[in-house]
Amino acid sequence: MEIKILGTGCSKCKTLEEITRKVVKDNGIDASITKVEDIVEIMKYNIMITPALVVNEKVVSKGRIPSFDEIKQFLTK
Amino acid sequence: MKNIKTNIWLPVVLIPIWYFIYHNLQPGADWLIDTVFRMPGGEHLTEAVRFFVFEVPKVMMLLTLIIFFVGIIRTFFTPERTRKALEGKKTFTGNVMASFLGIVTPFCSCSAIPLFLGFVESGVPLGVTFSFLISSPMINEVAVILLYGMFGWKVAAIYVGTGLAIAIIAGWIIGKLKLEKWVEPWVYETHLDSNPEEEEKISFGSRVSLGWDAVKDIVGKVWVYVALGIAVGAGAHGYVPEEFMATLMGKSSWYSVPLSILIGIPLYSNAAGIVPIVSVLIEKGASLGTALAFMMAVIGLSLPEMIILRKVLRLPLIFTFIGIVGGGIMIVGYLFNMIF
Repeated sequence: MEIKILGTGCSKCKTLEEITRKVVKDNGIDASITKVEDIVEIMKYNIMITPALVVNEKVVSKGRIPSFDEIKQFLTK
Repeated sequence: MKNIKTNIWLPVVLIPIWYFIYHNLQPGADWLIDTVFRMPGGEHLTEAVRFFVFEVPKVMMLLTLIIFFVGIIRTFFTPERTRKALEGKKTFTGNVMASFLGIVTPFCSCSAIPLFLGFVESGVPLGVTFSFLISSPMINEVAVILLYGMFGWKVAAIYVGTGLAIAIIAGWIIGKLKLEKWVEPWVYETHLDSNPEEEEKISFGSRVSLGWDAVKDIVGKVWVYVALGIAVGAGAHGYVPEEFMATLMGKSSWYSVPLSILIGIPLYSNAAGIVPIVSVLIEKGASLGTALAFMMAVIGLSLPEMIILRKVLRLPLIFTFIGIVGGGIMIVGYLFNMIF
């Protein structure tokens, strides 16, 4: 599974990354996590509000930090 | 599912309780000070503590209530919808719409760039985008609630009204000046189509829980500033002489308005921290117009946001932006010094 975290480096983006890494680790999910900070790359996902969580090239959440359980749902669906 | 049901009913139960507590805060504070702590009435320290014990819960409760409702309202105004509404809108109408939408669309300065790009690249005119970028941070719910809590609804309404006027007119002028040449060229090289992927359908229950999230997020972040600001206010209450700020920020000195704006731009604070400070300034002799101008400059024109925007805008455009908005704030400052 390919997970991307889109964000230009604000504190919310870092929090999202931390939670996502924890979800992946705690549930033994086989995934690569990339942080995308380049604004031109971010814009390719057609979002206007960061941070965003992208799973297998699909934006699953944007502009907020989903809870641990929500992220787990995104990743295990 | 069960969770979502409780989400809807909880506020219905909590609101009457909120109302009851809110209307008993003053007697509550008095009881705590006079009966429990038995502090001598009329002394500076007593009155300062009384002020603090009353103001902090009052402001926090107002914040919680309003942010909760604003949080729910905001789930209906996503940036995507706002963009859709603004596309192809020409000059004045677009500026007016953008300024109003700026109030309700969620915004955080770290999203300023994606938002700017998302708007401009899908064809929202530059001036209209600026109206949005000006009104969104300046007229935010925290600022308005705090102004209401500390100065009453008139000052809050003045702030919203003049803030909107600045956003509309400044954006309109920037549009008229045709400054697209000062936007970094790569911005216009990409063109986005604004057809977003299917929009998430959100149930009312999840909107309510998003409202709670907003409360947890914002109140969790600003309570320190509110408490600190009010503590400064309470401290200054009896100790700093009444007319302390009168010479620097009073009505009589013509330079007070531009000076406050110049001091305000590099200062960076969120609304929660600045309003209690403004209330101290006014109490110590600063005039209303000067104090409001100071506040607008602090939260509307912030240096960090300018630095972020530098990625997409050339310096001349950033300076023009600061100049026009600063000019608008100055007019507002002088106007209110004249009226009040």
